[in-house]
Amino acid sequence: MKKRMMALVSLVLAGAMVLPTAAFAGETEAAAGADEGKVLNIEVWNEEFKSRITDHYPGYEATDDTHGKIGDVTVNWIITPSDDNAYQNNLDTVLPGNVDAAADDKVDIFLIEADYALKYVDADANVAMPLKDLGITDEDLSKQYQYTKDIVTDANGDLRAASWQACSAGLIYNREAAKEVLGSDDPAEVQKAVADWAAYNETAAKMKEAGYLMTSTVNDTYRVYSNNVTTPWVVDGKVTLDDNIKKWVDDSKAQVDAGETTTADLWSDDWSKGFYPDGKVFCYFGPAWLINFSMHADDEKSIAAQGGWGLTTGPQGFFWGGTWICAAQGTDNPTLVKDIILTMTTNDDVMKDIAQKDSDCVNNKDVLAALAADESGNLAVLGGQNPYEALAAGAENVDMSKTSPYDQGCNEEFQGAMKNYFDGNASYDDALAQFKTAIVEKYPELTTD
Amino acid sequence: MKKKKSVVSRYNRWGYIFLIPFAVVFVIFQLIPLVTTIYNSFFENYMSGLKKVGPNFVGLANYGKLLTGGDLGKYFGNTMIMWILGFVPQIVLSLLLSAWFTNPQLRLKGQRFFKTVIYLPNLIMAAAFSMLFFTLFSKGGPVNSILISMHIFKDKYDFMAHIGSVRGLVGFMNCLMWFGNTTILLMAGMMGIPDSLYEAAEVDGATPGQIFWKVTLPLLKPIFIYVLITSLIGGLQMFDVPQILTNGSGDPMRSSMTLIMYLNKHLYSKNFGMAGALSVMLLILTGILSAIVFRVTAKDEVQ
Repeated sequence: MKKRMMALVSLVLAGAMVLPTAAFAGETEAAAGADEGKVLNIEVWNEEFKSRITDHYPGYEATDDTHGKIGDVTVNWIITPSDDNAYQNNLDTVLPGNVDAAADDKVDIFLIEADYALKYVDADANVAMPLKDLGITDEDLSKQYQYTKDIVTDANGDLRAASWQACSAGLIYNREAAKEVLGSDDPAEVQKAVADWAAYNETAAKMKEAGYLMTSTVNDTYRVYSNNVTTPWVVDGKVTLDDNIKKWVDDSKAQVDAGETTTADLWSDDWSKGFYPDGKVFCYFGPAWLINFSMHADDEKSIAAQGGWGLTTGPQGFFWGGTWICAAQGTDNPTLVKDIILTMTTNDDVMKDIAQKDSDCVNNKDVLAALAADESGNLAVLGGQNPYEALAAGAENVDMSKTSPYDQGCNEEFQGAMKNYFDGNASYDDALAQFKTAIVEKYPELTTD
Repeated sequence: MKKKKSVVSRYNRWGYIFLIPFAVVFVIFQLIPLVTTIYNSFFENYMSGLKKVGPNFVGLANYGKLLTGGDLGKYFGNTMIMWILGFVPQIVLSLLLSAWFTNPQLRLKGQRFFKTVIYLPNLIMAAAFSMLFFTLFSKGGPVNSILISMHIFKDKYDFMAHIGSVRGLVGFMNCLMWFGNTTILLMAGMMGIPDSLYEAAEVDGATPGQIFWKVTLPLLKPIFIYVLITSLIGGLQMFDVPQILTNGSGDPMRSSMTLIMYLNKHLYSKNFGMAGALSVMLLILTGILSAIVFRVTAKDEVQ
């Protein structure tokens, strides 16, 4: 009897211990049910977005180099470098089957660049979710610049990506060289010497006399010309050459022949020599992130570390780069994805932090105006200059209506083919013919004549 | 009688059983891809962005495009020129070294060391080797700095912007990578020649030069043909060295673009039709060239 009593008591006790736990477990499960998948897969091509999330997204904890945690969701960074098109090849493999992939393998977020944005926001391809399906409204994005929305809007008028950057860019000049040759390093004075291409070419000759290269390579100016075209690369399946692109060829050939620039590739060692005083290069063309992210600002011998660069508008306005965040069709974390997109691209405080910490020209009109208005926008790499007024004005003027889905291939192949002309290995016509051959190889559906 | 036959055939079965692993691997990884490549070459089949075009049967249109495009001959020429630029110095060097190494009268010291050293370049991945040369010979690279400081060049020479220097570098790299391998093959051939022939030649008063030309070389022929044909096939498939050196462009003006680099260009749009057609042409080309080399060099054996 006593034994039976003991058994009953222990049973009750055990039950008392188990029951609340069970009830509690039921509660957390319900909470987790609202927040869907347990793994957030993010496809990127470099460390940039990861460092932005690490620094600025509330609640993100990095666990190791390629993993992190947001609450109880594991964040998995899948980094595939852009070289040789590897990043896009990877996207092309995983995205079409993403809806049917296993929950933990589903891509939730992927990033795209302007050069190939049209390919992934295409309505027929339907690999990026329309933002309205996530519950993001036009009102949420009202402070963003129009061009950053135009480029990721599909044929039906649906927005399918958002960016935290408005990468309007300018001419980044070496203050030392400006003082020596132009007599002043004030942005307004320097602007007079590079106000249009005629003035720019005259300045190039002066720089050459003083022992400076005008730019490190002809490819530095390419984006300035190609952003200011009047016809897109491809019209009705036919490749067309815009007059402004032809002007780039003529101006560049003259400068190469005069020894005022070189034909090195962008990102090559020969290109980056000018990041140091001994490289003797007058200017680069780029947005603010270029100085901070790419021009060796962490090396104290570099011009950037010494605050030796200045920024001015240059001969023509242009933009370079920018990273757009897409929600992958089939994601099992729509709530979290929505929050990441909203926080990283629309939250004023986060945007201001990004601008100040990373020198990004952020995609938020209010924040840029505030930065331009006081000293909070002064950048050390620019010797204390505040570039935001100029950058904001530039962002308003960017026109994305002349883009085509083939731009990346066309730009790359054109620069590659023209190098032969600049180096004297081919006539202009032969180089152009080679460009056309290469384009048809890359895009068999296009015609060139 | 009957019983004996079945024992033999049962015993023969083991031959077939031992062949299975090879046959399976060959069929899966060689024969099926080969047949599907040929099959694919008759279709229009590529990706445009994320959209798939085809597969549509187009007959021989892909071959037509390749042949009328007019550039195939150019790339074939490039490939052969760069192969010859590498192969000629390589075979001369290898013959010389293997003759020295196998000559019993010389009794070279440290043979093992040198045999290891000359083989070493082949152990480095071709891509890494090519990347190394790209950096060494870039306009701002160490080779330019050294040549200028030695007053051989006045100005920086852009090795990557001149046809001769790019092709020359490719040839030089191929030579450097493969002469060790060739030396070892030729040595094996030379050591297989009976000593008695050399002794007889010496007794008859032949000079070392005569021994080399009249005894060694003719008897080396089978190995020599093997080296030539494998090198030719390897040369036709030349890809990684020029690809990395020119960053895939084959510049200047595609003068260093090989056939396989051209094939690779079609893979950007996953153009299996054109790539398949090109592969088939390459197969035919390789067959023809090998047959020619075999006929010309091995005339005696064939007859």
